[in-house]
Amino acid sequence: MSAIGQWFAGWNWSWVEPTIAILGLAAITVVSRAFFMLPERELPLPDWLKRGLKYAPLAALTAVIAPELLMTQGELIHTLRDARLPAVLCAAGYYFWRRGILGTIVAGMLVYLPLHIGWGW
Amino acid sequence: MSRLQALRATVRDPAFRTGVTDMMATCVGIAAWGLVTGVAMVKTGMSAPMAIFMSLVVYAGSAQLAVLPLMAVGAPLWVVWLTAMCVNLRFVIFSSMWRSYFQPLPRRHRLALGYFSGDVIFVAFMKRFPRPEPQPEQVPYFWGAATINWFSWQVPAIAGILLANAVPLSWGLGFAGVLALMGVLLSMLFDRATWLATLVAATAAIAAFALPLKLNILVAIAAAVTAGLLIEAADHHLRRKPKVLLVPADEPLPPADRRQVQDGDVPLREERHP
Repeated sequence: MSAIGQWFAGWNWSWVEPTIAILGLAAITVVSRAFFMLPERELPLPDWLKRGLKYAPLAALTAVIAPELLMTQGELIHTLRDARLPAVLCAAGYYFWRRGILGTIVAGMLVYLPLHIGWGW
Repeated sequence: MSRLQALRATVRDPAFRTGVTDMMATCVGIAAWGLVTGVAMVKTGMSAPMAIFMSLVVYAGSAQLAVLPLMAVGAPLWVVWLTAMCVNLRFVIFSSMWRSYFQPLPRRHRLALGYFSGDVIFVAFMKRFPRPEPQPEQVPYFWGAATINWFSWQVPAIAGILLANAVPLSWGLGFAGVLALMGVLLSMLFDRATWLATLVAATAAIAAFALPLKLNILVAIAAAVTAGLLIEAADHHLRRKPKVLLVPADEPLPPADRRQVQDGDVPLREERHP
């Protein structure tokens, strides 16, 4: 039996705590995403920071993707027999050829799924 | 104008449809990711109704995935919330850029915009409206993008929750979400500075992966911002000189520009606007 199940079973009003947790998480979603839109008055940011922040979105995306592409169990992959590598190469190749995101996903998955499910890479 | 009429006007606006079509391609990846997140929620032991409630209310894929294992072992609430805050820190940075577009709107509307914004909407919006100033078509554009993003996340997520035992996680369908984000990322790389900033961010994110609370994302952002600013500064000093320096009349020149003009490299043209 899973831990959360025990947690649920052991407590009569067991739905209360996860509900509080979830409502708090929703509040965090709103506050973090609206954070600098909350105050009415302008918050002065230094000019260099404003220029530098234009690199933040691409850095955030890279930081989310890079470990998903290049790491297994918290370590850099050390084999070439990993379905992700050829899939990423094909997907990136398609992107630079045609510049379409849908095609990039399809091209990558067409390489990834057979290698991953079929050969277990 | 009643609220219903305002809503109808937003949906009928041509910019609403532009927002929808701009998001269309990435939505396939978002949907795959939503499905996998839904399955993962049930697989960690959460009951289906609670998982649906969580998906509909929290609406934050990466934060949900990060806190699921913590909730499963009954971690204290503050640990769960602190983790979610850290995973969401990148949105705090994005919100400083949303501000320059949406600040004139009432605060309640700004909160709603914040709640429904995500990574991909942010990128699409910034590409469509590079100049950080309010324009009337931005709000319908945002809601168009946000609407399709919401549906393409929530419908597969709930399907994944209900069909958790029929969708094996071992297939790796979530990889489609990674590929979608990769496509979005590639579309943002257009010069040396952006490519180098991305390489730095990737290296930093992997090197700092062992940090708790997904703080490696923040390390990567800091490293990439620093790298980007350094490259810009190097470009500015070494090679790139503007053909003509256009300045507002009667304004003091920044020191770097003044030096270029004094050296006689760059002609100066003053403009006086009425």
